[in-house]
Amino acid sequence: MEVLLAILIGGLYASGLYLMMRRSIVKLIVGLAILGHAANLLVFTAAGLTRAQAPLVAPGEDAPPPLHADPLPQALVLTAIVISFAVLAFTMVLFKRAYQTVGEDDLDQMKATDT
Amino acid sequence: MLVVGLLALVLAFAAPTIRRYAGSATGWILAAFPAGVFVWLCVLTPDIGAGEPWRFSQEWVPGLGIALSFHIDGLGLLFGMLISGIGALVLVYAQGYLGEHKDLGRFYTTLLLFMISMLGVVWADNIVSLFVFWELTSVTSYLLIGFDHHRDTARKSALQALLVTGIGGLALLAGLILMAIATGSMELSEIAARSDLLLEHPLLTPALLLVLLGAMTKSAQFPFHFWLPGAMEAPTPVSAYLHSSTMVKAGVYLLARMQPTLGDADLWTPLVGTVGAVTMVVGAWLAMRQVYLKLLLAYSTVSALGGMVMLIGFGGELGAKAAATFILAHALYKGALFLVAGSIDHAAHEKDVRKLSGLGRLMPLTAVGAMVAGLSMSGFMPLFGFISKELLLEAALETPAWAGLFGAASVIGAVGMVVVAIAVGVRPFMGSWKETPRKPHEGGPTLWLGPTILAALSLLFGVAPSLVQKVLLSPAASAIYGVPMEVKLSLWHGLTPALGLSVLAIAVGVGVFLMRPGFIRLTSLSDRVGAYGPARWYTWVFDGMNEIARVQTRVLQSGYLRAYLFIMIVTTVGLTGWMMLSSGALAAPTELTPVQLHEAGLLALVLLGALLAVRSKSSLGAVAALGVVGYGVALIYVLFGAPDLAMTQFAIETLTVVLFVFVFYHLPKFRILTSVLARTRDALVAISAGMLMAALVIMAVSQRPLHEPISAYFAEHSVSKGYGRNVVNVILVDFRSIDTLGEIVVLAVAGVGVYALLRLREPREGGSS
Repeated sequence: MEVLLAILIGGLYASGLYLMMRRSIVKLIVGLAILGHAANLLVFTAAGLTRAQAPLVAPGEDAPPPLHADPLPQALVLTAIVISFAVLAFTMVLFKRAYQTVGEDDLDQMKATDT
Repeated sequence: MLVVGLLALVLAFAAPTIRRYAGSATGWILAAFPAGVFVWLCVLTPDIGAGEPWRFSQEWVPGLGIALSFHIDGLGLLFGMLISGIGALVLVYAQGYLGEHKDLGRFYTTLLLFMISMLGVVWADNIVSLFVFWELTSVTSYLLIGFDHHRDTARKSALQALLVTGIGGLALLAGLILMAIATGSMELSEIAARSDLLLEHPLLTPALLLVLLGAMTKSAQFPFHFWLPGAMEAPTPVSAYLHSSTMVKAGVYLLARMQPTLGDADLWTPLVGTVGAVTMVVGAWLAMRQVYLKLLLAYSTVSALGGMVMLIGFGGELGAKAAATFILAHALYKGALFLVAGSIDHAAHEKDVRKLSGLGRLMPLTAVGAMVAGLSMSGFMPLFGFISKELLLEAALETPAWAGLFGAASVIGAVGMVVVAIAVGVRPFMGSWKETPRKPHEGGPTLWLGPTILAALSLLFGVAPSLVQKVLLSPAASAIYGVPMEVKLSLWHGLTPALGLSVLAIAVGVGVFLMRPGFIRLTSLSDRVGAYGPARWYTWVFDGMNEIARVQTRVLQSGYLRAYLFIMIVTTVGLTGWMMLSSGALAAPTELTPVQLHEAGLLALVLLGALLAVRSKSSLGAVAALGVVGYGVALIYVLFGAPDLAMTQFAIETLTVVLFVFVFYHLPKFRILTSVLARTRDALVAISAGMLMAALVIMAVSQRPLHEPISAYFAEHSVSKGYGRNVVNVILVDFRSIDTLGEIVVLAVAGVGVYALLRLREPREGGSS
């Protein structure tokens, strides 16, 4: 299963990076979003994959069941999801304004624009 | 000691203020500092003569063995006296020479800083302290050469001197560290005591070469000699002080200091001796062909430094004795002559020696100082220069190998000295006065005091060498030789071969001087050869580096985002991939979780979504495909025990898609902007990056963790300490709550940014942006 996930992560990275190297900003932003998913999955998988229970403590117990998923990478990924959303939202709005002003989504055309 | 050092620094930085209040007395006031150091050294003399170095140590970075440790032995004493003694005279002289200059205060500050750094170099015992002070002398020298910073040549020369000596300084640091590794000590005195370890260590040769490189760039040895004549752009007091009697001798000092440690290495004598001899000859040759006061002196300084280096290369008792004597004699006569050159230029506004004549009657005191110093430099009896020249020739004739060559080189060096001495010290003062841009007259005592005192000492030590041989030269020679030894100097050695050569050198020198116009014309070929010499190499290297920087900037800083990404990805994949392949870290994973069909189907779906996003022809299509990827990833979280992640991902993904549609709804279809070739190239690069990441994931899951996971602690204490049953949530809001605060700040900043961008209005027509 880990190998399959590794292939998926590799595929997501490849797609994301390929899109980011396009001249269109829309593709750049989509690529950024895919890259975010890839990174989250990377952290999640690298910390150890398990089909065990979620790290929840049942009522009346002091600790989660002995076999449970690792909570720490989950906390990290949770933070990462939220932050990548913030970055994405800002990028999109920035793009919207730039597009309204320049009327162009080609990065090479924008490069020469000073307005 | 620390307090004194700090007070000296305060004095240096207070110099401009002192100048404002003290006016023309500033030089005298500031000279009190070096004069005080000089007197203190005189008090120390008996102890040091008895073989008891003065020591001081203050911890600096004890963990790394770095300390501010100083010790003053015979060598430190000799150099310390030259630095403080000549320093005091130069401070006074500068008052007369630059008295009206508006930046005299700044000049004094830099000069005092230099003085402190130079004392640090010759007294430091710890190699790191030595290096720090060594570099400080380079930096202050840079500031002093470029003192007239509005002149282009001054700035260029300053930079050249800084670059050449700076590169040498780095080499020196590396060499010293290698020596410290070989001997296990950072203190020079300890390293010298353990030189056996170093001499058998495989690092000996690299250490030796690096230290030599440092010393030779600093002391302007061939082929690095070219920066020293350039440094003559500095005001004359600086040339007299830094570039003849002190800073350039730092390299000589270092070699002398290393002689007991490295002197027994096989490479030492052939290398150091030869470089010194070559420099002596080249310097003398170039000096004989100059016509400007300071350039004559500069090239003869190169030649003299070569002589000192050669003597240290010879080593042995005679070499040590000759080197110590030469260092003292040279400082006395060369310092005096430089100051005289400055006085002549100051009084007559003329630098060309061919146009100077008959100044003797107009500037009698300067003339006396100049002539005595000049005669000492040419090696006439009964001056101190004669004694040192005899010793130099004697040492050259007694080398075990190639005595003839070294002897010949020494004679050529001596001839050069004679020519320069006559041209600068004697000829301008003889005969009748020739018209100069300004009618010369004797300057005030500040201007003639320095040369006359130094010249008087040349005479005094020549007539009565016993004054210095026991207190100053014996300890210095002992420090160079490494074993206590006695220096006995006498004016008359009997009819020796050295005396014969000395007479020969004077005769040839006078001859060359008398036929100088013809000599310079005859040897004009040397100019054409010299045009391709080391100074030109420096220009090539300098321009070459600028050109590389330009090309590199043009290639790397293209302004295209995708080019930057491309370079970053290729570099990362290349380096990381190469490491992985070469280290053999890539191994087949073990202990895998078994595959289940529905999960494999989900993964395939996510991958398909990503590919669709890549291939999509419209932005809405891409957004839809992105949604597939996002929800698919959320499902993966569900399957592998992370319901919190899944919930967040679902919520965020929905928001993202809405936002995308909102922003991209009106966009036209994608145009194809790049060629097939570029797309193929990018695809290959992206796929290789993907493969690398996949390999990294496999590595990560198949290797044992480097550290025991800390998650167990969180799981165990979630209820007892965090009062929460969802461990992930407890980590976020309790155990690692500061991280979450940071995350919230990021969100808030992004929110503010989004709001501001949406509210931003177009600037009105004609309005300013």
